[in-house]
Amino acid sequence: MTVTVYVPGDAAAVACDADAVARAIEAALAARGEDFVIIRNGSRGLHWLEPLVEVVTDTGRIAYGPVAVEDVADLFACGFLAGADHRLRVGRPEDHPFLAGQTRLTFARCGVIDPASLDAYRAHGGGRGLEKALTMTAADRIETVKNSGLRGLGGAGFPVGVKWETVARTEGPRKYVVCNADEGDSGTFADRMLMEGDPFCLIEGMAICGLTVGATQGYIYVRSEYPHAIAAMARAIEAARAGRWLGADLLSSGLAFDIELRVGAGAYVCGEETALLESIEGRRGQVRAKPPLPAHKGLFGMPTVINNVLSLAAVPFIFAEGPKSFRDFGVGRSRGTMPIQLAGNVKHGGLYETPFGLTLGELILIAGGTASGRPVRAVQVGGPLGAYFPPRLFDTPFDYEAFMAAGGLIGHGGITVFDDSVDMARMARFAFEFCAIESCGKCTPCRIGAVRGVETMDRLIAGDRPAEQRALIADLSETMKFGSLCALGGFTPFPVMSAITHFPEDFGADHPAAAAE
Amino acid sequence: MPAEGMTELDREKLSQLIEAHADRPGALLPILQAVQAGFGHVADTFVPVIAERLNLSRAEVHGVLTFYHDFRRQPAGRRVLKLCRAEACQAMGAVDLLAQAEHRLATAMPGTRADGAVTLEPVYCLGLCSVAPAAMLDGRLVGRLDAGRLDALIDEVLA
Repeated sequence: MTVTVYVPGDAAAVACDADAVARAIEAALAARGEDFVIIRNGSRGLHWLEPLVEVVTDTGRIAYGPVAVEDVADLFACGFLAGADHRLRVGRPEDHPFLAGQTRLTFARCGVIDPASLDAYRAHGGGRGLEKALTMTAADRIETVKNSGLRGLGGAGFPVGVKWETVARTEGPRKYVVCNADEGDSGTFADRMLMEGDPFCLIEGMAICGLTVGATQGYIYVRSEYPHAIAAMARAIEAARAGRWLGADLLSSGLAFDIELRVGAGAYVCGEETALLESIEGRRGQVRAKPPLPAHKGLFGMPTVINNVLSLAAVPFIFAEGPKSFRDFGVGRSRGTMPIQLAGNVKHGGLYETPFGLTLGELILIAGGTASGRPVRAVQVGGPLGAYFPPRLFDTPFDYEAFMAAGGLIGHGGITVFDDSVDMARMARFAFEFCAIESCGKCTPCRIGAVRGVETMDRLIAGDRPAEQRALIADLSETMKFGSLCALGGFTPFPVMSAITHFPEDFGADHPAAAAE
Repeated sequence: MPAEGMTELDREKLSQLIEAHADRPGALLPILQAVQAGFGHVADTFVPVIAERLNLSRAEVHGVLTFYHDFRRQPAGRRVLKLCRAEACQAMGAVDLLAQAEHRLATAMPGTRADGAVTLEPVYCLGLCSVAPAAMLDGRLVGRLDAGRLDALIDEVLA
């Protein structure tokens, strides 16, 4: 019987030595004369257990992790090929509480299948959404997306169906579907995981989008910091063309749709949709003033759908299972699931896909508290442009409106945890510094404001008239918030002002709670 | 063709790299990436050649070249060590690791060591925020970095 072993090829696993572990397992299997296959799957999302090695046994897949190269000989000696007991044995991954508690719609296949195999994708339910979409009229396809309640999961939360409808109704000699895979927010890695673990899901979502709006060409813009995702996507696009999932005659439908992969060049601002379009067109990634909206005048001046990886990857499920099965999850106006990313100083970091509505505190419990064992002091939600939350706001439910009401944003669903050693004045200074480094330079509030913000924070940190500096920063933040062209300058005040508001003791001020006593 | 300072061989190679992408829509970025992959950097003498082929002004090509952090106008050191200094890595002690790297390599970040052994650069997120702090040595990803593992990386770089 052929022995089948899964060793993740996901970048997070590879960064923890998964390639060397795979080679060691391969050498051991070859030495034993076994008939074997090693599959480099994506990650299940239990990153503290990476590399999480799985063996196919009579009772299903049995996982072991985190496996180091030095553990391999011992695993073989203990009989791990038969799923035997070992100190690293995790058991059936799907029974692990971290996975069992999730609702995996978009990430159902990630970590399970061989991401290089279109056959494996089909065998696990892939392709049913596209097949269903091909039997529907364009109007019904738009209704399906609208009825699902899907909102843009890149951060803005704009209804996806409305965007698609706008592009479908706009006349143009050509139309485009652009996938924003420029996932630059610290604390986020869901796009990367999906592209590495289930790339055909993204291709299927883009193809459905293409035939819905009448676009024949798609672009995926991936950041250069993601070499593994770039390789996995390139390989999947080739396989999809060979399987006629892309090309001039998509699944014999007579419809054409193809995808080109574009790689970024290290500019955070290209995650902003109009800067991304400029970059694909070969220019500096400078933000465009809106209007015109990309839906009317986007890539090369043509009507363009631009959606995040997670939004497009949610689409195959919605078509395969029907919009209601997606909409039934979630709370209020935040429907469906959100792949939440637990990062930073956490014991159990990784990907947690769950319906909207869990509270921030519940999510931190799921993450197992801090890796350092010290108390949690602050949590940044939504990347470098997201607000810092103190423990007393941990009852905030994870949905778009609740976070906005609490003075924050959910962004792309990244949660970065800090313990009590964090200096929030340093983090506020870093927010300005990052904005200064990454500003595209087009608008003054962002280009100049960020630099002045760093200087002002430096004076505050040096103890130079802190009350005056705080007033200056509050004023500057107002200007940046309302005067910037895009979210980079416009949202930098979120981390800065939330840090000052919730952690005034780090900014040379008396803590309001302490002062009141 | 204004390409002074280039050998015939370089000129030929540059032209091939440009031609491979010149007919793509929005060709400039793929061309600059290919040229950098081929030569290790995009020399100023290449700019007019690229501009002429794409019917752009030199200023436009220069503008793009200098906008993106990835592009180099000078060769890098023999190895390139990128340390992530974004928030999730900071939450796990990245700031101390940056100081350690700068000290041991006697190089301020960003910068190249005087002997050309290594270029030390910041990176803002490698998407390894759940196994932070993270680094990239040439193309190799390293997660769960601590002082000991960083020392080992630096030993490797200086060996």
